[in-house]
Amino acid sequence: MVSGLINENPIVYEIKERRDVRAYSSNTDELSVDAIDQLEVFDILIAHHIRDIKDPEHPYSLEQLKVLTEDSVEVDDTKSHVRVTFTPTVEHCSMATIIGLCVRVKLMRSLPPRYKIDIRVAPGTHATEAAVNKQLNDKERVAAALENPNLVEMVDECLSPSFE
Amino acid sequence: MDLMEKNMELIEVQKLEGHTDRVWNAAWNPVSPILASCSGDNTVRIWEQSSLSRSWSCKTVLEETHTRTVRSCSWSPSGKLLATASFDGTTAIWEDLGDEFECISTLEGHENEVKSVSWNASGSYLATCSRDKSVWIWEVLGGNEYDCASVLNGHTQDVKMVLWHPTMDVLFSCSYDNTIKVWWSEDDDGDYQCVQTLDESTNGHSSTVWAISFNAAGDKMVTCSDDLTLKIWRADISMMHSGEGYAPWTHVCTLSGYHDRTIFSTHWSSDDIIASGAGDDAIGLFVESKQHDSVNGPSFNLLLKKEKAHEMDINSVQWSPSKENMLLASASDDGMVKIWQLETIP
Repeated sequence: MVSGLINENPIVYEIKERRDVRAYSSNTDELSVDAIDQLEVFDILIAHHIRDIKDPEHPYSLEQLKVLTEDSVEVDDTKSHVRVTFTPTVEHCSMATIIGLCVRVKLMRSLPPRYKIDIRVAPGTHATEAAVNKQLNDKERVAAALENPNLVEMVDECLSPSFE
Repeated sequence: MDLMEKNMELIEVQKLEGHTDRVWNAAWNPVSPILASCSGDNTVRIWEQSSLSRSWSCKTVLEETHTRTVRSCSWSPSGKLLATASFDGTTAIWEDLGDEFECISTLEGHENEVKSVSWNASGSYLATCSRDKSVWIWEVLGGNEYDCASVLNGHTQDVKMVLWHPTMDVLFSCSYDNTIKVWWSEDDDGDYQCVQTLDESTNGHSSTVWAISFNAAGDKMVTCSDDLTLKIWRADISMMHSGEGYAPWTHVCTLSGYHDRTIFSTHWSSDDIIASGAGDDAIGLFVESKQHDSVNGPSFNLLLKKEKAHEMDINSVQWSPSKENMLLASASDDGMVKIWQLETIP
């Protein structure tokens, strides 16, 4: 592990007001409106799950660092498919695989088992994009990594709730 | 038998429950009605078919040996030994003593997770492969002794599977580096070299290759990949049998558009049906087309696709060696092993 931080001075953004999820679930109007709302609800739910993940290096959330935004998440509930695209703060970020792993673990723990999860770095934002994406989406590699106690500890630290 | 002209269906015979984590691999014993399965729960389960009721039940659980996921298992040609490869870096050899199984040897040497293990046709060699990018060949000596005969380097990434050719001592490996490598000892002196690499330039896969399987004759091979395709290859092995040197493998055709998630496993049955198992929770069955196109060569058609065969990714599909019926075992992330029968619907 490198002794210095990968990104010494991250840009921290103001985060948007959170929409109230419950306002959607009580909507009982026409089917078509419901269908769209269901997707939106799902989007938000997923975003809620992952936006609070802490950056491995700083006491800020991935949302605050704009590593993840609402647009990061694409959901197709009928196909049980979700894709998350995240933007590392620096191009050579070696934390990219840890961040990706954290997002995957969070989703695995939050979504029904039928869900297929794809994680990738935003195109053009990382020097070894293809290599990072390949590792993040090889489930055998992910399974082996999650049997490593040091890595699991790091992931659990990033996923633990922070009390402000 | 032209299967394409009949109405076929894959019927679920039985669901084998017991593993408490994903099941990575299932392997049929070559001589008895026994099935081995291995899992992320660090155990191997031995399932036996009752001769009376014909139903399968768990005869024994091999536990407290591997300390991490057991990734694959393979029976020796005699059916008396079971080799199990684990993320703990070791390969265990178990002997079937009737009432129970005993771990008679542990092969160590790989630097990290062992992904696959394979016995050669005569049972005189074992091969293993690992994320450490190497393939190891082990010699089976008497008295439960196993000796490392060769360490083969060449793959540039994690090696996913090794498989010995069904009739010759030629070893095949496939990897995260997107290639398939062929290893051969020309002088039969145990000095194995990489004699061929099947990569994108030779019509090979464009992403991780997860599995390899041969037809019974050993002159055709199927591989499957994260690139969502299955590829069929052939070689003139009669040339090799007659000592005329190495016969290279060439691409025959690519089966694409049948799975939309990584294809983790493929197996070629003794009556020429290719099974595939993928991350889309489906099992695909393919047969060679009767129309032989002399220009484009043989082609394969989808016989049937069993959607939602499991509730999660399918990691392994294996045809039973039994000549009686067309039984298929599948293993999944959902923790289940399922036994299927391929039947003609009237």
